[in-house]
Amino acid sequence: MLRGRRRMECTLDAQSLISISLRKIHSSRTQRGGIKLHKNLLVSYVLRNARQLYLSERYAELYRRQQHYPDGAPLLAMPACPPPAAAAPPELAVLPLPADTQDREARSCAVVRGGAELLEGPVCAAPPELQRAPCRDSSPGFYRAAGSAGPGGGGGGGSSAAPGLLYAAGCDFGTGGVPHCSSRTTVLDLDTHVVTTVENGYLHQDCCSQCPCCCQPVAGGPPFAPCTKRARFEEYSAEHPQDSSNISNLISIFGSGFTGLVSRQQADSEQPLNGQLCGKQALASLGAWTRAIVAF
Amino acid sequence: MAGVAGGGGVGGSNDFQWCFSQVKGAIDEDVAEADIISTVEFNYSGDLLATGDKGGRVVIFQREQENKSRPHSRGEYNVYSTFQSHEPEFDYLKSLEIEEKINKIRWLPQQNAAHFLLSTNDKTIKLWKISERDKRAEGYNLKDEDGRLRDPFRITALRVPILKPMDLMVEASPRRIFANAHTYHINSISVNSDHETYLSADDLRINLWHLEITDRSFNIVDIKPANMEELTEVITAAEFHPHHCNVFVYSSSKGTIRLCDMRSSALCDRHSKFFEEPEDPSSRSFFSEIISSISDVKFSHSGRYMMTRDYLSVKVWDLNMENRPVETYQVHEYLRSKLCSLYENDCIFDKFECCWNGSDSAIMTGSYNNFFRMFDRNTRRDVTLEASRESSKPRAVLKPRKVCTGGKRKKDEISVDSLDFNKKILHTAWHPMENIIAVAATNNLYIFQDKIN
Repeated sequence: MLRGRRRMECTLDAQSLISISLRKIHSSRTQRGGIKLHKNLLVSYVLRNARQLYLSERYAELYRRQQHYPDGAPLLAMPACPPPAAAAPPELAVLPLPADTQDREARSCAVVRGGAELLEGPVCAAPPELQRAPCRDSSPGFYRAAGSAGPGGGGGGGSSAAPGLLYAAGCDFGTGGVPHCSSRTTVLDLDTHVVTTVENGYLHQDCCSQCPCCCQPVAGGPPFAPCTKRARFEEYSAEHPQDSSNISNLISIFGSGFTGLVSRQQADSEQPLNGQLCGKQALASLGAWTRAIVAF
Repeated sequence: MAGVAGGGGVGGSNDFQWCFSQVKGAIDEDVAEADIISTVEFNYSGDLLATGDKGGRVVIFQREQENKSRPHSRGEYNVYSTFQSHEPEFDYLKSLEIEEKINKIRWLPQQNAAHFLLSTNDKTIKLWKISERDKRAEGYNLKDEDGRLRDPFRITALRVPILKPMDLMVEASPRRIFANAHTYHINSISVNSDHETYLSADDLRINLWHLEITDRSFNIVDIKPANMEELTEVITAAEFHPHHCNVFVYSSSKGTIRLCDMRSSALCDRHSKFFEEPEDPSSRSFFSEIISSISDVKFSHSGRYMMTRDYLSVKVWDLNMENRPVETYQVHEYLRSKLCSLYENDCIFDKFECCWNGSDSAIMTGSYNNFFRMFDRNTRRDVTLEASRESSKPRAVLKPRKVCTGGKRKKDEISVDSLDFNKKILHTAWHPMENIIAVAATNNLYIFQDKIN
């Protein structure tokens, strides 16, 4: 990856590269002659590379903040998804994080941008094959941020907290096993770059059933209080099946299409991770993408 | 030895200079998209030069016989035949328009008086017969000279029709249409050395055809993954070996080349040889995957080497060595720091072709600003030339061009930022035996010849 001294420049470039790439994919839908598979594949590689750098910059920042606030004020916490150094997937290998950070699944950084824009954004171009890919209605690990739920409580900035947040669902799903939460959920505010991580160690099903309001960010300083965040996807998707199918549409188009975006090889080598995690992994990048989607 | 001031001596012989010969096409600044040349190809003898354009037309130029009264001027290429090869189509099932742009033209070896070529767009390959007619029959019994049928009862005597000369007419007729075999966009066709079969390659599959059979083709390579979400690479070019009719190669978007032997199995998904140069980790960037994608692969005439073109370089591979190329030539390394802008304006996706000269001693490829580059494999000299109207006086020697990559710009050098990226030379062709080259610059075709001192 690119060297340190260019990192700042690349961070900015990463975002603009992401939006440029998305624009290319989108405009290729209307090009004469149909979607060019080769070009879209190459663009997806650029997207992956830009996303890697963008995420690594975010992690670096999270870590720096964590160093700054070692007492774990509610506002900040360790980065949710540091990869285990040894088994780091290549795309996240450059994270400048110490190896002893929690080696929970790095891929649990599911990110969903709250708000209706996600679902109403243009379903960007993909080769016809991808568009016909089966919709992952049951993909776990991502969910709509509780934009509709609304922030509870008073306090400043609560109303604007929801739309600009990335939610990382700390859930991973082994094949055949009971899904369990991997201990943390992280929210990164795209505007203020404030990060909040909530640790939890409950089983996914337990936490979903026990925390009915866990999706709601609690406003008033920190977006929400500890131990209230859960991946409520099961409940949520039951309420809004349409939304999750739209999300999974986007996932399958953006994220899981082309392993340039999603690396299944390392996923397979890690654990019996399945395509659902890949969807989450892709979703991890959706935040930036949706921002780009909204942008154009 | 050639200490030449111009021309650079590249072309396989000493004291060698390239001179302007002809230019075809409109001079107009406004270029119609349909006139943009999309493929250039000499036939096996070099007497015919075919071009295809984005409008689906094919124009064939024929070299005039050398004029004894003007021994210094070589034969010129003049228009021989023009025809509409492909029309725009619409796939109603997929709601997709199929472009009429001619992606490739490949000549068949000549077997009789007529000439045959294959031309392809994204979906359909056509075999065209180009034949001359310089006689016509007169004195029919059943019809008048103007074609009207005569009343048979009025015929009182019979006569034998005789052939009379007429003005030369060149007719092009489609003899075969090979359709409906490709789901993805065809990027290559290649005629086999057996002169009976040919292959066509799209992004994910390669099909083998018999020239006589249009309703059936054999799929010999299929890299489509079971789950399209696992797609990591596509086929970018394919070519048959010039002598071994069972061997072909195909290149991928990942910068690899696979050589396949059709004798080993019916489906050549497993390669016989795999050519890949390990990536230099220090040069990794956002765009590493794009610039390593191979845009063209060409066997040498000898069949011993093959050449690949990626975005910044040309590589010559020995078929017996798979782990790295034997020669690498930088085409425009100064663009490496500009990849971000080239990505934004889509130039990074340009697919440059490359070609060998007849003796395999030199290779040529295009660049931007209407520059094209030649590399002499023996002397390791290279030269940059420009196809421009300004240097288009008859037999004017081409002056070598130089791009200034930094620091002070010398006189006659051009800086990287002044390059015109809309003027790109993607398609070039070298006469199979002589030092005559055809260079397609957008909608103009330039022909350059050597001038031996």
